[in-house]
Amino acid sequence: MIPDHVDSPAPDTNLSRRSFLATGVAVGGGLMLSLSLPFGASDAAPSDGFTPNAFIRIGNDGQVVLTMPYVEMGQGTYTSIPMLIAEELEVSLKQVRLEHAPPNEKLYANPLLGVQATGNSNAMRGAWKPMREAGATARTMLVTAAAKRWGLDPSTCQAQDGAVIHAPSGRRLAYGELASEAAQLPVPSNVTLKSAADFRLIGTRAKRLDAPGKVNGTAIYGIDVRPAGVKIATLAQSPVFGGRVRSVDDTAAKAVNGVRQIVRLDDAVAVVADHMGAAKKGLAALKIEWDEGAHAGLGTDEVVRKLDQATLGPGAVAQTVGDVDKAMAGAATKVEASYQVPFLAHATMEPMNCTVHFRKDECEIWIGSQAMARVQNMAAKAADLPPEKVIVHNHLLGGGFGRRLEADGAVRAVQIAQHVDGPVKVVWTREEDIQHDMYRPYWFDRISAALDAEGKPVAWKNRFAGSSVLARWLPPAFNKGLDPDSTEGAIDLVYDLPNFHVEFVRVEPPGIPTAFWRSVGPSHNVFVTESFIDELAFAAKQDPVAYRRGLLDKAPRAKAVLDLAAEKAGWGQKLPERVGRGVSLQNVFGSYMAQVAEVEVAKDGTVRVRRVVCAIDCGTVVNPDTVQAQIQSGIMFGATAALYGEITVKNGRVEQANFDTYQIIRINEAPAVEVHVVSSTEPPGGLGENGTSAIVPAVANAIFAATGKRLRKMPADANLLKA
Amino acid sequence: MAFTININGTSHSVDVDGDTSLLWVLRDVLGMTGTKFGCGMALCGACTVHIDGAATRSCITSVDSLDKSMVTTIEAIGASPAGAKIQKAWLDHEVVQCGYCQSGQIMSASALLASNPRPTDADIDDAMSGNICRCGTYVRIREAIKLAAQSSKEG
Repeated sequence: MIPDHVDSPAPDTNLSRRSFLATGVAVGGGLMLSLSLPFGASDAAPSDGFTPNAFIRIGNDGQVVLTMPYVEMGQGTYTSIPMLIAEELEVSLKQVRLEHAPPNEKLYANPLLGVQATGNSNAMRGAWKPMREAGATARTMLVTAAAKRWGLDPSTCQAQDGAVIHAPSGRRLAYGELASEAAQLPVPSNVTLKSAADFRLIGTRAKRLDAPGKVNGTAIYGIDVRPAGVKIATLAQSPVFGGRVRSVDDTAAKAVNGVRQIVRLDDAVAVVADHMGAAKKGLAALKIEWDEGAHAGLGTDEVVRKLDQATLGPGAVAQTVGDVDKAMAGAATKVEASYQVPFLAHATMEPMNCTVHFRKDECEIWIGSQAMARVQNMAAKAADLPPEKVIVHNHLLGGGFGRRLEADGAVRAVQIAQHVDGPVKVVWTREEDIQHDMYRPYWFDRISAALDAEGKPVAWKNRFAGSSVLARWLPPAFNKGLDPDSTEGAIDLVYDLPNFHVEFVRVEPPGIPTAFWRSVGPSHNVFVTESFIDELAFAAKQDPVAYRRGLLDKAPRAKAVLDLAAEKAGWGQKLPERVGRGVSLQNVFGSYMAQVAEVEVAKDGTVRVRRVVCAIDCGTVVNPDTVQAQIQSGIMFGATAALYGEITVKNGRVEQANFDTYQIIRINEAPAVEVHVVSSTEPPGGLGENGTSAIVPAVANAIFAATGKRLRKMPADANLLKA
Repeated sequence: MAFTININGTSHSVDVDGDTSLLWVLRDVLGMTGTKFGCGMALCGACTVHIDGAATRSCITSVDSLDKSMVTTIEAIGASPAGAKIQKAWLDHEVVQCGYCQSGQIMSASALLASNPRPTDADIDDAMSGNICRCGTYVRIREAIKLAAQSSKEG
């Protein structure tokens, strides 16, 4: 048995916090999924006890259980979020057990998104206050309960290490002994949070709570669930976007040992088998004819042509300052360029998968998702059931990067499960995962600037075209032709630019689904902006760091990270031939970051990123080790995109299929990374994606420094860089 | 047809076609889910196990090729001295992020350390470049292998 099977409560979005928790106890007994975390030996969640809010439960046995509203996909939330709660609750991390939150938009919505989702590098930003308040609320009630029992003034008692103590008399009551009484008290609305000087956990290097299970094979991801009697299915979806199944000859597939059933859908065929080996063999034996539909002739070039055209017409004004046209007309020098970034696949190491048990009047789902309530709602729609009849269990995610903000995999699994008697785990092959991803949009920018006689930019104008992911994913966020994601990193720049005008033109590629991809809008915008500012420095015959620095008088935090990165990188020191340094600077996801990349370009044009020095000001640091880890991670993810990342479409089909044609950076190519953190008392900023958006222009600028060749289209093309 | 295979010191009888990959036998037939599926073509290393001590991609290893070989998986690698040192170094150095590839990384690193107690950077590149980590934990993987090698020297 896998150590992850505990009942989940039936989610009900109409229940209040208190009744939700009470119902959860009554229905589930064990409440939600328990993780196989190192200290989770007790499988019995307290049957009664203290549940002051949707995040904390303290049993009469003293067991503290925390429900995680943000998912763990590698970014360390299952350590940093418990740190916030434990800090205020006055317990150690060793005393807590964690559970995945069930879908419940009311209880577990991310306050910065308004929906239950983990993305946009804002888990810590969203959690910072509410999670500490949750802990402080529970602590306050426990202290009050103890004081009441002792007949003392609560102000003379204090919480410490899982107990309330009264120091003058030496009295002490553990939280477990107080749980029932605390549960009877009214929930206070205003609680006092600890001051930063009193933090004993926040800011310390806490060990990851999810690590032990991930080094011994016991951690359970969505793909690892095995409900009793589960069958394994794999599938072929229409190779052409929007195509349909015309005919299937499944004679040979059905003859494969272990194949149980073939499920034919409108636009996909699935093979259900005893194990994935048989399912794959059955899939290979299928003879499917496809009706390729309207996109049979589609190619990337057509998409690019439309985007290029769109940048010639007007767009929605994202930001305008001063009078760009006037400043442009009277300027000494004008610089113009166009930039492009390709479609990208997510390629999470855990391929897309979802397990569904479709019963007569309800449906149970096992998945690893960044957006639980979305999975519940979309699965309910697909199953034609009310959402409360769709039970969803979340798991650890083998990478998210935005891919698991989408529920297409759950919908597909429901469609298949509706034809299967018993639970079925639908596992996509890597080829399906890459060819039926929802892609980072292709974007096209037409950008220009004017410099005065000293080389300072007096006008900046950018019009870019591409998909708006938010318009589909969260329609109310798309307003008057704009959404906050598509433009982040293109507007509100750190630089002092007196005349500034940016427009966005929403153009959806025909038939090609687009989605969020690690570093979202900035994945494109920072590349363009930071490459172009480098072009301006070159036009002004100035050093790229000095040039940026001259535009930062109003942005001290930006200037500080730029100076730090430049100093630590040895900016200006001599380098061998065809080796160059490039810099980038950004303020996105609520954090300031500068990077200096050092690249070496071989005579055949291949690029090696040798070293990356990064300086970040992300406000208050919760777990310093996570800061380092996330930036290292983001840099590798972005370096992969800069060197290799490209999804191309020909005849309506994605041309890449597996890691041979969609390459990921490997250890022998990985740069050395140094991360320097600027100490700050500002609220925490984002971290998970910043490294990714910053590295792409730093690499492009370093390539320019090494070769004199300006790359305005990613990924780096070795043919353009030959000596 | 039925095959008897030795996994982590225990004999298992499985009834599958002979060309079935060891990966699916482990995961779907025997329920040992620590070994992961990543690509199915030996391109990513997520499915790495040891066969008679050698790091091997289980996704392209057919069950009929095993004969009397001893298979070791992530579930049991901690029982070997090199495996235990690697797992400890992984924890001490906080290598994991999403963790999905780490079973395979640890199996490759354990095989390296068992055969080469003091690997150089080039040795690490050779042994580990077949294992993709999408979270990019490479900097720490390299450091952790060196840490484990250091502890081997001391131990």
